[in-house]
Amino acid sequence: MGLAIELKNLSHKYSIGTPFEINAVDSVSLKINQGEFVGVIGHTGSGKSTLIQMINGLIKPSEGAVFIDGVNIYDKAVSLRDIRFKVGLVFQYSEHQLFEETVYKDIAFGPKNMGLNDNEVDKKVRYAAKIMGIDDEMLKRSPFDLSGGQMRRVALAGVIAMEPQILILDEPAAGLDPKGRRKVLELIKDYHENSGKTVLLVSHSMEDVVDYATKVLVMNKGRVFCYDDTDKVFSKAQQLQEIGLDIPQISRFALALKKYDVDLGNNIYTVKKAVQGVLNLTTNKEKL
Amino acid sequence: MLRDITIGQFFPGDSPVHRMDSRLKLILNLAFLVIIFIADNYLALGISAAFVLSLYIISGISLKFIFRSLKPIMPLIIITSVLNLFLLTGEGEPIFKLGFITIYWQAIDTTAFMILRLFVLIAGMSLLTYTTSPIVLTDAIERLLSPLKYIRFPVHELAMMMTIAMRFIPTLIEETDKIVLAQKARGANFEEGNLITRIKAFIPIIVPLFVSAFKRANELALAMECRCYHGGDGRTKLRQPKLAIVDLFAFLVFLLFTIIIILTNIYF
Repeated sequence: MGLAIELKNLSHKYSIGTPFEINAVDSVSLKINQGEFVGVIGHTGSGKSTLIQMINGLIKPSEGAVFIDGVNIYDKAVSLRDIRFKVGLVFQYSEHQLFEETVYKDIAFGPKNMGLNDNEVDKKVRYAAKIMGIDDEMLKRSPFDLSGGQMRRVALAGVIAMEPQILILDEPAAGLDPKGRRKVLELIKDYHENSGKTVLLVSHSMEDVVDYATKVLVMNKGRVFCYDDTDKVFSKAQQLQEIGLDIPQISRFALALKKYDVDLGNNIYTVKKAVQGVLNLTTNKEKL
Repeated sequence: MLRDITIGQFFPGDSPVHRMDSRLKLILNLAFLVIIFIADNYLALGISAAFVLSLYIISGISLKFIFRSLKPIMPLIIITSVLNLFLLTGEGEPIFKLGFITIYWQAIDTTAFMILRLFVLIAGMSLLTYTTSPIVLTDAIERLLSPLKYIRFPVHELAMMMTIAMRFIPTLIEETDKIVLAQKARGANFEEGNLITRIKAFIPIIVPLFVSAFKRANELALAMECRCYHGGDGRTKLRQPKLAIVDLFAFLVFLLFTIIIILTNIYF
């Protein structure tokens, strides 16, 4: 597997030269492999939004470099517009970007900007609509007549239609009801599995990330707190809690049990794993 | 980029200028406008400039803000100055002649006087927004216009609209920034193409902005209604302005200033 993204010593400061200077992102270096599903977590102000906007060329870093497929995107010879087609970024509350008369036209906005002909645009729109579960009837409707969850899916389709090699989603499930949340997250997971593309999912809630991500990047105060396989990251549940992150309910339960000398194991972050832990415990006891 | 726009920048403080009744401040400001246009000689303008300058010092507003207030009108001043300079004619010999360009001494005189007058005017008027918070200012406007209620002019509603508009300027700017980024991420291009393509490029920004502004307006209206807002009738105010000694003093100082300007007009 090749490298999809490489960040070298990346920093970004806001309000440089004023008393309000903040290190939003502070010398971040990391490598993300192709086809990986990375969950990016960290609480508000941890620098995760700034970080992803630098990856897609919307914010220029104060220091450091971003390599996409081995190319430094802030090189003068590189067109940032082309990078944005390669690295699709879906913003928080992305339904606020919808503007066209029909869902179809809105999804077509990105592919059209790529300079494709109508035929290719049509293909891409239908491809993205299918991934996001948007049927033909919905394509003809106005995006403003849809429900919140549907609008969100249209906005996601608008970025997926550009067929980016890397898809970055900033809180794609925020503000949706539980059903809408699950649907959007499931669709993203299916997209990752079927397309094999690299996906970065940003969230402040681990519960969103835990079931889907192969790797987890935890940001804290602009720095990388840890970046590892999902299993390994969640074995540090207690440390994550200390930096103010909301760990999954079941992990909290496992941690609480530990105080009573009931050890379910270190990386309990899904109910399935907790069940396994309980079973292990009972079989061990029987052996004793 | 859009963040740099500030409207009605207000610097909180506790100077006599800040403490003045906002209604009086507004009226005196308008009176100042009239007086500056009455003043017809350099001495009167000089006195006015000194008056404005001392008010800045009293209010504790840094003098560099005088220049900041002048900045937005500089293009206007430059264009009118140049036109004045070349188009005005005077008596006697022109002091400069080159081809079709002729400049008279009187033209220079008139132009210089106009520039000075505008400088003093803008600096003086800016002091109002520098020392009065927007909310207090709209309150003052509402109170001053309240007699118009008798001819069924919706004074309170107008003031409320102004307050809400000012409150939402930063919110909408932030929103615009976000939408611009989101459309850029979808490959929107605002920098290339001819005029029509460029104007069209703004549709993906303007439509979502309007949609969200209307949504916000709806939500705000609903929230206001939930708190039993029903317009101006029978509504009481949190701030009850009372004229104080400082206002009497300010009025007398201003009266003195007016008299001096009129006297210089008569004797010079």
